[in-house]
Amino acid sequence: MTWRPRLAEGTAPVLVVLLLLLVGLAIVGPAYDEPSGYLALLKRAAPLVVLAIGQYFVIVSGGFDLSVGALVTAGVVIAARLINGSESATVWVILLVLGFGVLVGLVNGLVTTKLLVPSFIVTLGMLLVLDGAIFLWTGGAPRGALSAGFRMFGRGAVDVPVLGKVPWSVLILLAVLAAAVLFMRGGTGRALVAAGDNEAAVRLSGGRVDRLRLLAFVLSGLLAAIAAILLGGFASVSAQVGDGLEFRAITAVVLGGVLLGGGRGSVVAAAAGALSLEALFTLLNLLGVSGALESAVQGVIIIAAVAYASLGSGVRLRLWPKQRNPVRPAQPESS
Amino acid sequence: MTSGIATNVRLKGISKSFLGVPVLQGVDLELRGGEVHALMGENGAGKSTLLKVLAGVHRPDGGTIEVDGAEVSFAGPTDAQRAGIAIIHQEFTLLPHRSVAENVYLGREPVRGVQVDRRRMVADTRELLDWLGEDGIDPTDAVSSLSVAQRQVVEIVKALSTDARVLGMDEPTAALADHEVELLYDLVRRLRERGIAILYVSHRMREVFDLSDRITVLKDGRFVTCAPTGELTSEDLVRHMVGRDLGEYYPDRAAPDDLGPVRLALRGAGNDRVRELDIEVRAGEIVGLAGLQGSGRSAVARAVFGVEPFTRGVVEVDGVAQRVTRPRTAVRLGIALVTEDRKGDGLALRQSVRDNTLLVRRAALRGARSRAKSDVKALLDMVTVVARGEHQEVRFLSGGNQQKVVLAKWLAVEPKVLVVDEPTRGIDVGAKRAVHELLRDLARRGVAVLMISSELPELIGMSDRILVMHDGAPAGELPAGASEEAVMALATGHRAGEAA
Repeated sequence: MTWRPRLAEGTAPVLVVLLLLLVGLAIVGPAYDEPSGYLALLKRAAPLVVLAIGQYFVIVSGGFDLSVGALVTAGVVIAARLINGSESATVWVILLVLGFGVLVGLVNGLVTTKLLVPSFIVTLGMLLVLDGAIFLWTGGAPRGALSAGFRMFGRGAVDVPVLGKVPWSVLILLAVLAAAVLFMRGGTGRALVAAGDNEAAVRLSGGRVDRLRLLAFVLSGLLAAIAAILLGGFASVSAQVGDGLEFRAITAVVLGGVLLGGGRGSVVAAAAGALSLEALFTLLNLLGVSGALESAVQGVIIIAAVAYASLGSGVRLRLWPKQRNPVRPAQPESS
Repeated sequence: MTSGIATNVRLKGISKSFLGVPVLQGVDLELRGGEVHALMGENGAGKSTLLKVLAGVHRPDGGTIEVDGAEVSFAGPTDAQRAGIAIIHQEFTLLPHRSVAENVYLGREPVRGVQVDRRRMVADTRELLDWLGEDGIDPTDAVSSLSVAQRQVVEIVKALSTDARVLGMDEPTAALADHEVELLYDLVRRLRERGIAILYVSHRMREVFDLSDRITVLKDGRFVTCAPTGELTSEDLVRHMVGRDLGEYYPDRAAPDDLGPVRLALRGAGNDRVRELDIEVRAGEIVGLAGLQGSGRSAVARAVFGVEPFTRGVVEVDGVAQRVTRPRTAVRLGIALVTEDRKGDGLALRQSVRDNTLLVRRAALRGARSRAKSDVKALLDMVTVVARGEHQEVRFLSGGNQQKVVLAKWLAVEPKVLVVDEPTRGIDVGAKRAVHELLRDLARRGVAVLMISSELPELIGMSDRILVMHDGAPAGELPAGASEEAVMALATGHRAGEAA
């Protein structure tokens, strides 16, 4: 039997896009002649990729998590305030930030599943609550400073045999991705996608749909906290550090061919979507396109990706909308 | 406003196929103003399709429709409406938070200048209500404050407001409580007195005899007979509705010593949809659960499986009383349910054959057993699924293969009790046979099977015993190989009616 690579449906296009972007970078940017350039790109992309993986869990199970951007901000601001430059506080503050992410995810998930509020609204509310709380707490100007130990995860590097110096964030990213892939291959991961596809079928198969959904939100919260730690490494501490990241993560997931509303898409593709997005912004930057256009570009991408997904529901790349069959079978004209 | 002239409609030689499957073949039907015409037949006889042809929803492949002697052709429901034909559907189409008058004139509100002429809307609605003699309903009442029977009146008023002279009513009593049925009878009789032609679709024997002037019977999409109600007995009707050959092949039934201990027992079980259920299903036995739509067959299945649990009585699995309040509990007790809606709640259509096959195992019994690849293959071989591979999405499979995947998903957890609801609906003959053999094979291995089916030949051919439901309660039990007439008599409440 021959081995053929088997891609989840909708995965192929994003890989093509990513490849084209990387080729583009190699042509345009002199820094991308060497592996170190790509490693730097990967390092920059790490927080977004981690966020996109978290967002993937929620979207593929049929929801949205709009709170992750505010959660990243909260993570960075809380860490800066509590560490306040003190190296000895680093470890427990990191644990606290992770715990906070889990807690926010738990609240999102419980309100969504138990109070039956659509996740779009729950997490939008959470975004506003977190934003407001950060503002109240900091007065708009966060105080404190992160320790070098904290920042190491985002900006530091470690010697790896053969590869040389590899950024910590890239290693963390790979670990998260590997764990996500293993999780999605397991029974719980498959049940999560199935719940996004057909909740009733999972429930009538004895599954606990609420728990699966809750788990997705908790994972999203936890990964947002990890993204905050990575981002804290190279971003400055501000009350705007996570602004708009939720939409960027959703764009990345959608670009990865994951179906909004759930039920289809792979986590690798979502991660590739995030990487593509980062590569695209880098490329635009190199081409001298104003950074102000970033959000406009992102808007176009999200609409185009969803339109592509709804028009061409097959694997084939369609350049024109598929012929829509009339719902009813053809009927002979009666005289 | 409604005029006083009676309208007659004549359908001649109506044929209709869907995707090559003939549903109606040369059916005749004549409706006269001031007459209640009952349309009877088993599930799948073509009643609803005929009603939809009359309503202009389906265009017939052959045959003619005449309204008052002139041949017409309906391109859509609006044309039928214009010809004075309206259908009252089982599911009401009213907006609950709007008033009666607003609902009646929804989408065609009378206007005065640019504004909706509310006063005229209310006045016209009131006039129609008065004309019907329904003074209990005010045009300004919100629909949500009305009873189900009153909502039905609003539906009818809505139809009359379009000058309908011909009303098709599809199972109008299905949604009504017992005391409301009499109100509906009154209403139908008043409509008849006022010259409306009524096509009354029902499979409830008593209603048809109480209300109708003439009866047309369909069977398997064909016209069987049309006769004045007074000239027919209920025995005649049952014979006309069934009476076909049992020419199909079914696997051998269980021999008496194949039967093991009682695996599933219901003792006095009931909830708000079904009652007084005393059912025992033994290992090795297939028990058929017959009944018309709405008789509570599926409600029994859903209750056993914990979807809408029993609130009274006892459920025993292998002799131990159990409280089954949700599907997860049922699955863990070894109860499986193949639902009647394969695509709606049986399969996750975008997932692969493999993922669906393992769905129960993963969702309900996490980490319980091996996840060996050979396992899935063995299961799929056992149910003889034909797919491009384990990784094909199930939505691309035929109905028959999809149903086999549903069965495989349950076989993966080796259930003790298997409840199947319409296991062969919408699948081809070959797959049907495979499903039948599989069910019998499972029974031989000691599974207790409870089978629900609207297809009487299938139910009779497969079952070792048949329980017949009527109106939410058991109407009787019949031995293997009982006649279709016997089943139908119990299902339509015919025998029960005689005894009363």
